[in-house]
Amino acid sequence: MSAFNPHFSGYGLGLRKEHYRDFLETDVPVDFVEVISENFMVEGGQPRHILRQVRERYPVALHGVSMSIGSADGLNRDYLRRLRALADEIESLYVSDHLSWSRIDGFNSHDLLPIPYTEEALDLVCANISMAQDVLGRPLLFENPSSYLAFDGAAMTEWEFIAAMSRRTGCDLLLDVNNIFVSATNHGLDAFAFLDGIPADRVRQVHLAGHSQGRELLIDTHDSPVCEDVWSLYARAISLLGPVATMIERDDQIPPLAELLEELSIARAIGGARRVREAEAA
Amino acid sequence: MLADLQRDFRSWLVSASDDAAMRFGAGARAGLAVYQNNYRGQLVDCLELSFPQVRTWMGEEAFRAAAIAHIDSHPPHAWTLDAYARDFPATLAAIYPDNPDLQELAWIEQALSDAFVGPDAEPLSLDLLATIDWDAARLRLTPTLMSRPATTNAEEIWTALQEERVAPEGTMLVEAGGLIVWRRGFVSYLKQVDAIEYEAVLHLGRDGSFAALCGMLADRLGEADGVAKAGALLANWLGGGLIVGVED
Repeated sequence: MSAFNPHFSGYGLGLRKEHYRDFLETDVPVDFVEVISENFMVEGGQPRHILRQVRERYPVALHGVSMSIGSADGLNRDYLRRLRALADEIESLYVSDHLSWSRIDGFNSHDLLPIPYTEEALDLVCANISMAQDVLGRPLLFENPSSYLAFDGAAMTEWEFIAAMSRRTGCDLLLDVNNIFVSATNHGLDAFAFLDGIPADRVRQVHLAGHSQGRELLIDTHDSPVCEDVWSLYARAISLLGPVATMIERDDQIPPLAELLEELSIARAIGGARRVREAEAA
Repeated sequence: MLADLQRDFRSWLVSASDDAAMRFGAGARAGLAVYQNNYRGQLVDCLELSFPQVRTWMGEEAFRAAAIAHIDSHPPHAWTLDAYARDFPATLAAIYPDNPDLQELAWIEQALSDAFVGPDAEPLSLDLLATIDWDAARLRLTPTLMSRPATTNAEEIWTALQEERVAPEGTMLVEAGGLIVWRRGFVSYLKQVDAIEYEAVLHLGRDGSFAALCGMLADRLGEADGVAKAGALLANWLGGGLIVGVED
């Protein structure tokens, strides 16, 4: 199943409405774009029209926030069917969501809430992933979220949970390097141990973003450039993973496209340096 | 149990009570506060983005108070955040029962948002008109068409705010009519119509028969004026892209 998701798709950006015109009217030097799935899971109108036009020019990855793969009361089949229809229509490069939950008993928080890393949660998440992959007809990618709370009674680390989840379900991974940094800082964890612990061969995509300092914790705000510490962690990740499709996420304080492309060129340089080292070693 | 933990988390987000927070231990306070802030901030942002002119019309403080009341009484249920805005006009109506202008303004903004992402439909081609048997014709309205009674000058208020002009005071209309919203192409439209056109739109939505529409208008206006009115309305609706199909 895993061969479905391409191993390396280059470098991309999150498509945001502030840059629609750039992507439709100019030749933006990216290899793919990523959109928030739910923004386009609508019946019609301009959003779907723009997505179809963008798709004519660039491969498109779908990144969702509402699958709620960790919900104890299961998944929403109507949501999955709509997502499948969109993914089929645009021949999505990847379909991803988060290792988190949002919904319980009909309540939907619209936030990426943390999962306890227990055997019970692992069984539940794996059952939900298997169902989602059946409906979607493809292996999905799941992203490590930023977290602000660690539950007592965890049976394993986050990376052990992710490794077991991927091994059991065949799902692929979207590694958010900023989220590793935020969670590791917030919980006093070793970010390098996280990178070492995840199954490198299952990582198909990497997210990079900025964060901000809250009153007591780092917050994953996507409103600033990628910081030096996260670039360093990204370089370490690439040295372990090899070339992985990488993109910059910016959801607030969105700058002109040129600034994001400049940031993306740093990722290209880091990925390129890895390739040069590989070639020299060979 | 995972389900119990998730229900406790929901209780914390919805109530922000000390009792709910204590279930996660004293060390969880800072993290819980972040999730609480994310939850409420996201819902406030959703309402602000969905009702920009209502926000301007009410003023920042009153809008924020209404948004908080809505969030406290209406936890979100749908997978799409877009759906969260749909019940806000009802909350405003409950808080401000004597402000029909505000209620109609909120309806306008919600209807325009719904039309923006509603089903696509091509307006009826004018080339087909010559071939239609009007006695048997059943007209199909665009699926994005929404309507409601109009009792105030909310349309005038919305238009002024949208054009960043000073909005007029809210007043009652001398004669009640209707508000209609629809999308043609990628542009959403708002129109205030008089009572007879509003009744005609409702009639056509229930029974697409053009002959029946002529009959209804003839009953209201007399035979000649009724048929003439039906023709004039049809021309306007065709020109505006409200009619998307016809079956003989």
